[in-house]
Amino acid sequence: MGFDYAPALESRSIVDISSSYGLFIDGEFVEASGPSFKSVSPATEEVLAEISSADAADVDRAVQAARRAYTRTWSVMSGAERAKYLYRIARIIQERSRELAVLESLDNGKPIREARDVDVPLVAAYFFYYAGWADKLEYAGFGAKPRPLGVAGQIIPWNFPLLMLAWKIAPALAAGNTVVLKPAETTSLTSLLFAEICQQADLPPGVVNIVTGAGSTGQALVAHPDVDKLAFTGSTEVGKAIARSVAATNKPVTLELGGKAANIVFDDAPIDQAVEGIVNGIFFNQGHVCCAGSRLLVQESVYDDVLARLKRRMATLRVGDPLDKNTDVGAINSSEQLTRIRELSAVGESEGAERWSPPCELPDRGFWFAPTIFTGVSQAHRIAREEIFGPVLSVLTFRTPAEAVEKANNTPYGLSAGVWTDKGSRILWMANQLRAGVVWANTFNRFDPTSPFGGYKESGYGREGGRHGLEAYLAH
Amino acid sequence: MTSSVLRAPVESNDGLLSDTVSSNAALRRFLYGLPGVDQVGCEARVATLASRSIKTTSKAQALDLAISMIDLTTLEGQDTVGKVRALCAKAQRPDPEDATCPPVAAICVYPDRVATARAALGNSGVRVASVATAFPSGRSTLDVKLQDTKDAVAAGASEIDMVIDRGAFLSGDYRRVFDEIVAVKDACGQASLKVILETGELVTYDNVRRASWVAMLAGAHFIKTSTGKVQPAATMPVTLVMLEAVRDFRETTGRQVGVKPAGGISTAKDAVKYLVMVNETVGDEWLDPAWFRFGASRLLNDLLMQRAKLSTGLYGGPDYYTLD
Repeated sequence: MGFDYAPALESRSIVDISSSYGLFIDGEFVEASGPSFKSVSPATEEVLAEISSADAADVDRAVQAARRAYTRTWSVMSGAERAKYLYRIARIIQERSRELAVLESLDNGKPIREARDVDVPLVAAYFFYYAGWADKLEYAGFGAKPRPLGVAGQIIPWNFPLLMLAWKIAPALAAGNTVVLKPAETTSLTSLLFAEICQQADLPPGVVNIVTGAGSTGQALVAHPDVDKLAFTGSTEVGKAIARSVAATNKPVTLELGGKAANIVFDDAPIDQAVEGIVNGIFFNQGHVCCAGSRLLVQESVYDDVLARLKRRMATLRVGDPLDKNTDVGAINSSEQLTRIRELSAVGESEGAERWSPPCELPDRGFWFAPTIFTGVSQAHRIAREEIFGPVLSVLTFRTPAEAVEKANNTPYGLSAGVWTDKGSRILWMANQLRAGVVWANTFNRFDPTSPFGGYKESGYGREGGRHGLEAYLAH
Repeated sequence: MTSSVLRAPVESNDGLLSDTVSSNAALRRFLYGLPGVDQVGCEARVATLASRSIKTTSKAQALDLAISMIDLTTLEGQDTVGKVRALCAKAQRPDPEDATCPPVAAICVYPDRVATARAALGNSGVRVASVATAFPSGRSTLDVKLQDTKDAVAAGASEIDMVIDRGAFLSGDYRRVFDEIVAVKDACGQASLKVILETGELVTYDNVRRASWVAMLAGAHFIKTSTGKVQPAATMPVTLVMLEAVRDFRETTGRQVGVKPAGGISTAKDAVKYLVMVNETVGDEWLDPAWFRFGASRLLNDLLMQRAKLSTGLYGGPDYYTLD
């Protein structure tokens, strides 16, 4: 007998979305000079709100506000006092977690289960963690009297809007900096709700400023002469442009860019858990994850077994309404991204790889892409080299550990990697060989505020998270 | 709901697996060749499955299915004839005020209460299961265990719940465990055999997977987690490992084996989580009392209360349901 799950929709009524939003500058919502644009729900294409577009003059106002707050308030406040604000923000995030999760799911397209169980709890955890550092910076290992840098310009992507905000704002504030943050064009809403939380927490005006807009807003922030530090998470292409534009300045930059991670399964792996890790590695957040395990390397002797189990497991993935609590895979964030995923998948087929998706009904409206795997992929194929940033997995095989390492490292990226084996010594050996910032052993896509995160090669430089994440916001 | 009768097992593909049990060394090699279980990953998977939200029509379906899968159990030294008769009445009509409520799958008792249960249940379709083989410790001679089994079958049990020799298993004598199950199965005659692994004493998930395979290779119709006399009894991760084992065993041999978590499952909420886990691990074909059972006593009342709440909107409270 079939056991179908009846719809279990999370209520939208918990969150109030305004019809239009201004910019958050100097502790207040203000009107922007630039034209507004629409933010849509990727699951339905419904317009959620009108978002302001900040031009260079707006960005300048925000930077000036941040400078004033830095000079007069935040940098002269004791670490213990800064910590109080950060703890307060963390607690409010927990209190309003359901509201934040629903809004994140609506605006981004990710399943409510992930927003509720992963994104928002981690957001609170990062604020709690860095709140604890605020009065202990002398003990962080960056000199006896580390000083903040000043005003930080921060640009974040659309895949984890609120979590990336936390990764940027929490360490910056803990270290005594003030910030001007630009969320991604398609996912501004939770940043603006976070601005409300800053008001609720009585955070001094100007410590956090949110400027919404598209690429030109980001360019204005990057080019602003009074910004002391830049932090960017997003595509390698934009990251390179930012690195070029600040090349003639002395601004420190941290870049967290793309990836094409290898998830390596040895023949002695705990197979059922490895299959879960493969699924989590590539279908978590619709594969919109910079550290996604988008290249599966399977040892040839277990290839058939792993593939059969993976396909069987993929057939149980529930694709659909992100607000349904039983949805596993939600909507693609934008039509542009959907186009790119479709294009690269078509290239995969034309290059001769075999494409497979489980039978799965996709909604008529909105941006959707079925979970997909490509087999018969070689290192030379574009789908094995380029970041697809969608629910598309390329499967390759290897015979020896050395071959696995060679293939895993044969990419311009180096953000993350996964190793699945029951042999502890092999895990350690692999971790030393793999040129990736994060190596997960018998797990994947696990995040923790105490653990540094960042890339090798074209995946960027600098580290976020942990004690290491403070260094990017301290002069020493 | 399909039949609540255990189906005749499909004969296993002996050629494929006969070598694996030819000696203890061969059996050990086979068991250690099974993929390992990563504890963290296994428990994380269970946590995700447990977060499913089962509402309205699917909840109603799950509650009825869970009731029909219960082996309503009383295994106390103080069990009386009267108590067993009361339980049998409840098994046939769990909610006397609602004729749409399905009966449970079976009554589970000690061998000396089988005859009472058999007579009380008549031809209602509710089966009689009996624990046997020096339950719960299994610490007796093989002769005693076999006689225990034969007595229960002779008294009318159509299902036998045996315990494995955990001492032999933990000392590495897998062949002894295997041989004992084969002997008990032989003593069962037409009765079907559930093999209790007592996972609380096996401790590791790797051991649970290996013990599951020993039992299946020896011909078990069902593998069961626990006696209910040892803590921890049934847990979701342990049951997940066993579900993966029966799934893989059928892929290898073509023979389907049932799974019975027993002990500690006392709420409707937990039962629904188990059904979600069955659904997403082994699929529809196990969502049937012939292939999945709950060994429980307290669980039934909570299922009945939730069922009434769902259909009437009113929550009756425990005083409206019989204590067993």
